[in-house]
Amino acid sequence: MNLHEYQGKSILKEFGVVVPESIIIENSENAVAAATEISEKTGTNTWAVKAQIHAGGRGKGGGVKIAKSLEEVKEYADAILGMTLITPQTGEKGKLVRKVLIEQGVYYPGESEPAEYYMSVLLNRETGRNIIMYSPQGGMSIEEVAEETPELIFKEEVDPKVGLQGYQCRKVAFNLGLSGNAFKAMTKFVVSLYRAYEGCDASLFEINPVLKTTDDKIYAADAKVTLDDNALYRHKHYAEMRDITEEDPTEVEASEVDLNYVKLDGNVGCMVNGAGLAMATMDIIKLSGGEPANFLDVGGTADAERVEKGFRIILKDQNVKAILLNIFGGIVRCDKVAQGVVAAYQNIGNIEVPIIVRLQGTNSQEAKKIIDDSGLKVESVILLKEAAAKVTEVLAN
Amino acid sequence: MSVLVNKNSRVIVQGFTGSEGTFHAEQMIEYGTNIVGGVTPGKGGQTHLEKPVFNTVEQAVKETGADVSIIFVPPPFAADAVMEAADAGIQVIVCITEGIPTKDMVTVKAFLSDKNCRLVGPNCPGVITPGEAKVGIMPGFIHVPGRVGVVSRSGTLTYEAVDQVTKAGLGQSTCIGIGGDPIIGTTTKDAVELFMNDPDTDGIIMIGEIGGSMESEAAHWVKEHGTKPVVGFIAGKTAPKGRKMGHAGAIIGGKDDTAEAKMQIMRECGIHVVESPADIGSKMAEVLQGVVA
Repeated sequence: MNLHEYQGKSILKEFGVVVPESIIIENSENAVAAATEISEKTGTNTWAVKAQIHAGGRGKGGGVKIAKSLEEVKEYADAILGMTLITPQTGEKGKLVRKVLIEQGVYYPGESEPAEYYMSVLLNRETGRNIIMYSPQGGMSIEEVAEETPELIFKEEVDPKVGLQGYQCRKVAFNLGLSGNAFKAMTKFVVSLYRAYEGCDASLFEINPVLKTTDDKIYAADAKVTLDDNALYRHKHYAEMRDITEEDPTEVEASEVDLNYVKLDGNVGCMVNGAGLAMATMDIIKLSGGEPANFLDVGGTADAERVEKGFRIILKDQNVKAILLNIFGGIVRCDKVAQGVVAAYQNIGNIEVPIIVRLQGTNSQEAKKIIDDSGLKVESVILLKEAAAKVTEVLAN
Repeated sequence: MSVLVNKNSRVIVQGFTGSEGTFHAEQMIEYGTNIVGGVTPGKGGQTHLEKPVFNTVEQAVKETGADVSIIFVPPPFAADAVMEAADAGIQVIVCITEGIPTKDMVTVKAFLSDKNCRLVGPNCPGVITPGEAKVGIMPGFIHVPGRVGVVSRSGTLTYEAVDQVTKAGLGQSTCIGIGGDPIIGTTTKDAVELFMNDPDTDGIIMIGEIGGSMESEAAHWVKEHGTKPVVGFIAGKTAPKGRKMGHAGAIIGGKDDTAEAKMQIMRECGIHVVESPADIGSKMAEVLQGVVA
């Protein structure tokens, strides 16, 4: 589950990471009051006005502005709230901005130069251990740093048997070239950040930039946080942070009935039991001359009710020109699934697009007979190869 | 011979008396697997499916001589169950449970690092040596005894491949579903290595998917140490970047964990990569007949 910047920062704060003072608003009428309140707390006379959407590159799309007066705070909040923000990560359609974060300006002049670093905590799948990845090249995308100056990316792996150690935090601060108060603040920052990552069962905490201010404080100036969906059961208050307005409405609807659906841009819908076979089915649609319109795993119980829900969800997509149902019946009997398909088809009625049903495994012959005898406009096949050929044939017509 | 499990395996079921555990234990017994008992804390002393129930794995091992365990414990308690099995001296631990938090698996992996055991899974269909032992949830009837080893991260896609192998007139030595999570016990490379060292396996089918680097690691190992033909397929060529495709571990993070990148590395390492998942069985048959050098 992805979080907004403001939610990620609230978690960081909970675990002792220093973040700028901020207030989230949904109405630009509240912008000036928020900025004033922040100034009263911090004495700042600059503010960051930041669009809250689940996508990076917000600054490039005009979703992040630095205001130098209360008038500018209002002006920027007006402009950003309600805008459709297009960034390199949102795609052409962009995302509607529903919330704006008004934040204390932390790039103030002072005795030393400010500096931006990169830091993230994530799982190293190869070793099964968490790593802290960091770089003195902050403020730009880590992919670019990896491309241009890979020697400036450092990693610190945490041994789960003993946890993060003090020497590791010192190493981070030394490698970032810090000394004095900034050094101390950074070691504390690393400890707290790692504690936050573990404490909320995250799969990613990415802080870019980590800011060293001109008076040697270390701030998390941004926060990209992803939580482990499998662990949300033990973090009810984080689970409540889910913002379904950031998700595809059809995907939300599917998840409510426990269907695993991901919307894609193609013309052939598919419904499959099992995630691996579902991906393989998408691939075979492509090899047959189509483009997959979705990923949809109906799971272990492909009964009439779920098949019907699956069909209804796929049919919401106007681009769908054909549907391939691919079920490998093991414990699930194919004849049962076939009966479900017939019932679902009759319940929905008026299905315009051709449907290809591939049922393989337990009782597949009986299943084919049920489909063939139903009189419905449904093509029935048994082998995956035959299903691929049918997709090609249907798309040609 | 075969790998991991055979007719001499003495298998216990953790989460024996729950609905999943009961259903699949019945299926395994029917297949002929030597199920010697089960564990459900608090139900020790009872009898279930005509087998003894124990409170702890330690007791079960002591009383039955069990060396293999299959786990059907719900996600919040599954990591604990794996560690209990390892601590009790179980040699092969098969964890079927889907949805274990990654943090718990980090702990499990560290715990297992100095134990003398092998974990398969979690979030997997299990292991089957056709005609001898089914320690998993796969449909037994699609498998026939033979000399092809199958390793895969998926459930039904494995069944698809197995079915194709069977229809191509070949059988399987052992099929290992290693699971779709980001942290799993036995990796693709581990499984391939087991098959390379198994005198009763002639060819290996390796099915992977997007996310992680296990297939590349296995491919490099095959290039260095391979003595038998390997047929490979990677699912998810059409999957978008940054989206989780059902399995917790099936997500493209960077350019190295795409299907294209993995297939390229596998080809370079001498693996017979098929573009279509419909060609897995026929390609294996072709390769074993020596049509492809």
